[in-house]
Amino acid sequence: MKILGEIYAKFTDFLDAKKKIVIPVLYLVLILVPFLFKSQYFLRVLCLIGIYAILTMSLNLIAGYMGQTSMGHAALYCLGGYFSGLLGSKLGWPFWITLIFGIIGGAIGGLVLGIATMRLSGSYLAVITLAFGEVVEMIILNFNSVTNGPLGVRNIPRPSLFGWEFTTSNGGFYWLMLVLVTIAVLVSLAVLKSKFGRAVIAIKEDELAAKLMGVNTAKYRVQTIILSGAMAGMAGAFYASMNRYIDANSFNFDISMTILCIVIFGGLGSIPGMIVGSILLISFPEVLRALADYRFVVYGLLLILMMRFRPQGLMGGLSKKPYKLPRGVTLPKALQARKEGSKGKQVG
Amino acid sequence: MLLEQILNGVMLGMVYALIAVGYSLVFGILRLLNMAHGSIFAFGAHMALFAVAMQWGMPAAFVFSILMTGLLGMAMDRVILAPLRAKNAPNITCLISVIGVSYIIQNMLMICFDSTKKTFPKLFDFGNVEIFGVTLTSAQIMMFLIALVFLVILTIIVNKTKIGLAMRASRENSKAANLMGIDVKKVVTFTFFLSGMCAAVAGVLVSGYYQMVYCTMGTDAGLKGFSAAVLGGIGVLYGSVVGGIVVGVAEALAVAFLGGSFRSAIAYVVLFLVLLIRPSGLFGKDNIDKV
Repeated sequence: MKILGEIYAKFTDFLDAKKKIVIPVLYLVLILVPFLFKSQYFLRVLCLIGIYAILTMSLNLIAGYMGQTSMGHAALYCLGGYFSGLLGSKLGWPFWITLIFGIIGGAIGGLVLGIATMRLSGSYLAVITLAFGEVVEMIILNFNSVTNGPLGVRNIPRPSLFGWEFTTSNGGFYWLMLVLVTIAVLVSLAVLKSKFGRAVIAIKEDELAAKLMGVNTAKYRVQTIILSGAMAGMAGAFYASMNRYIDANSFNFDISMTILCIVIFGGLGSIPGMIVGSILLISFPEVLRALADYRFVVYGLLLILMMRFRPQGLMGGLSKKPYKLPRGVTLPKALQARKEGSKGKQVG
Repeated sequence: MLLEQILNGVMLGMVYALIAVGYSLVFGILRLLNMAHGSIFAFGAHMALFAVAMQWGMPAAFVFSILMTGLLGMAMDRVILAPLRAKNAPNITCLISVIGVSYIIQNMLMICFDSTKKTFPKLFDFGNVEIFGVTLTSAQIMMFLIALVFLVILTIIVNKTKIGLAMRASRENSKAANLMGIDVKKVVTFTFFLSGMCAAVAGVLVSGYYQMVYCTMGTDAGLKGFSAAVLGGIGVLYGSVVGGIVVGVAEALAVAFLGGSFRSAIAYVVLFLVLLIRPSGLFGKDNIDKV
């Protein structure tokens, strides 16, 4: 196990060092995928993985950075899907505009949830997110005149660009997914490297201490959930357009649980962990179709074993790399001297 | 009409109270949201179905279901949660493991018992009973009484017996309890047995009431019991009972005055509102951060 860990560490170090080559090559390969594999089923699974990557990165903002558990994340996803789907299907608006409204819808959901959970943390926050998810589902099911209730929304338009319609089989949705996942990654990175991100992480480490240091915790909490809602809304809008049909059941409690499981499985707080976790856990039931009824038993076992032997998740855990100071911040001279002296030792 | 709905709600609410108590028992000691409780509830119902199909008779089915489900709860604690506790794993790790257990139980039920809806015999039937000018079926009243009996038994166990004292001590402070010579590990396992027992009784009662058993019956009932537990202040036993009754009454009233489609979600609306005003539930103790 230890050797494996060392190999893995060396591998990630290598990737880090050659970032400028690895990333363009990776993207080139990813862009070429639809030319190599024409199977619609395969591309659809890839798109689903992308959707979950976005959703998990969105939950990661709340769970990984802010340290709170959400058990109703599908509600934000649902709001994005319904805002965008309804505008597209009933008013015939083009996808690009409904996408923006999907994001806004998710953000509004985030605002409501954020205000509702401002005073809560831990298990109670988890419970209220769960209740929020069920309430959203209830509204969708009963607000017949707008949402069509249990019948769902049909004929959601596909996106098109310069007359070229995106479909799953021509790879359009796949490429769009790549763009959206990239946006989600960039937003997550931007959060992590900003003052905002540091404040949010301070809330995770110790909310009271953060408050005493002058961090406006209530404000940052609400803002984080809004941002997370916006990302989930983006995924919802994409899903609505790809599937062309949505109903309340596409966003139920099981989806929330799947998102939460992937976040923990991939490793709280780790962006690559979210993507790898989505790839593994979403493709897992598809790959194991041969096991038929047993695949979800195996899925459960996998979760249990993972928690038993690697509770920090696939890529989670403390970073062993030295802490990089944010731009514009310099260490006091005394500390700098100490750091020079201890060069080679791991800091942080 | 109103009184009738309220009484209907109270009858069903007692069963939710039983499920809620199962959540509360575990949460009180471990601070763990036992998300597998719904599946354990479905397991209890299926065990009873199995016993009925073997023609062992209803009382035997009841006992069999309680024992098997209690054992399942104990096994879950021993095999999956105890090692995690030994490693001092964070709560979220236990939560995900428990979700994994829930997947396994539910899908094993589907494999062993088929995923269709199966009929379950009516528990009791000796006509209708009239109380305060309201007619109630005997099945409802027996459901209420059995749930009440079990809740009383549970209260006696927790408040009057030695093991109950140990449970309460572990709930206050498990480290101190351990130092006082209480075998906290055994206490936790016993708690899981009790929690499983509650789920089994509730499972048999609910399937007798609706005369139906199916594999995913636990999801809905589990979530409702869960919201009842949180509503009353999770970890507080009498709070769970009140929470269960509130959820039951809210549900009955919603069905009567708003329509059947509000049935499943009204509990969450109530929960949402209560938590906004009292973040720790009706009877929960406020968490005080110590610096």
